[in-house]
Amino acid sequence: MALKGNLRDFSLTQLLNLIHLAKKSGTLFMESAQVKAWLAFREGKLAYGKYGDEDHSLAAILYNARKLNANQYRTIKERGNSMNDKELGLLLVNAGYVSQQEVLASLQEYLKALVQRLYAWSEGTFYFNGETLPPQDRINLRLNLENLIIEGARQLKEVEQLQDEIPSLDIALKFRERPETDVHNLRLSKEEWRVVSFINPKNTLKQIAQALRMNEIEIRRVAYGLVQAGVVEMVRSETSTPRPITPGIPNATPQEQVSLVKRIIQRIRSL
Amino acid sequence: MQTVKMVVTGPFNAGKTEFIKTVSEIDVVSTERKITKESEKVKDTTTVAMDFGRITIDDDLVLYLFGTPGQRRFDFMWEILSEGMLGFIVMVDSCRPETFREARSILETFRAYAPTPYVVAANKQDRKDAWDLEDMRIALRLDSTVKLLPCVATDKESVKKVLLELLYQILQEMEEGAE
Repeated sequence: MALKGNLRDFSLTQLLNLIHLAKKSGTLFMESAQVKAWLAFREGKLAYGKYGDEDHSLAAILYNARKLNANQYRTIKERGNSMNDKELGLLLVNAGYVSQQEVLASLQEYLKALVQRLYAWSEGTFYFNGETLPPQDRINLRLNLENLIIEGARQLKEVEQLQDEIPSLDIALKFRERPETDVHNLRLSKEEWRVVSFINPKNTLKQIAQALRMNEIEIRRVAYGLVQAGVVEMVRSETSTPRPITPGIPNATPQEQVSLVKRIIQRIRSL
Repeated sequence: MQTVKMVVTGPFNAGKTEFIKTVSEIDVVSTERKITKESEKVKDTTTVAMDFGRITIDDDLVLYLFGTPGQRRFDFMWEILSEGMLGFIVMVDSCRPETFREARSILETFRAYAPTPYVVAANKQDRKDAWDLEDMRIALRLDSTVKLLPCVATDKESVKKVLLELLYQILQEMEEGAE
């Protein structure tokens, strides 16, 4: 089924969160008034991407990363058009022009920069196609999305949106039970690590903010990033006083209540 | 005569009025008004106070279905309507991701009023541009224990299924509470 909308209403951070948690494979197509872009994923990890009409070949990426000089780039473009990126990468590594690590690091930086540019889009349509898999002729990466999501949350400027996402500071955070997420691999700021150290269902965000002398916007931004990255989830604080349950059926014993609900079930079934 | 009530809530244009109309045995007492604001003109009218439907269970028991107004400026009605409810249904338009955040916020608000059982109904699942249920679950940040049900508010069987799932949930919680 369709996964489409407008980035104005459903941000790229939220989309990456969804792709990450659902471990989706496919391509996310985005289009603003001026430019089109796409990001391709495999099992919830970023594999490749393209921004507008820019040259996204390996030769261009290595040239922009200063791993190839202008002459080398020009020669490759002149002679290597019949070669795909995987073949070119192998050739360059075997010929000693670049190392395998340099190729992978350059691709990684290219993808991170691409996502950064897309974060600047406040509007634009998106559409996720699960049938368009990452291009086979490119070197596909398996870039974890957590750090990209946290980076996106850091850039969120709209205070109103932060308040919508984290409406109350009386809630607590707890780590999600996701064995594949290793918190030590997250690239967090010092401030974010300090918040992580306080994460516990007993500590409300308000308490954490007070302990760390953070203002409401700062604590909301950190919490939003960690939630979107799928590292933590929001829970009611264990120390908050439980509200009394509003009786749905006044003056009825538990047995009478059960019997009454069973009668309603019978009736609804017969409608 | 004993009466019980369930509340149908959710963002603007999620399909609450339609849901109640589909199963109510009386014409829904709907307090709809023409929409004048351009930005909200995805339909012609909206509920400004509440919708009100009825299902007679037997000689001694009546179930009332209350639909909350979808627009946030009428949220003062929500707490009044939620008082004494047996459970509630959060309707979400599967084709309008721009309303998911609002749906999440409404859900949290109702959970805070009363920790009564609830289900989430993903309406308009018959449409081509409807989001997949599992994608909606993540976008709405629903725990795997929360029932997220496909729904077509104009289809009686679909509405019955949502009501029954909520009732099963209510029954289960009652039985667990009695143990």
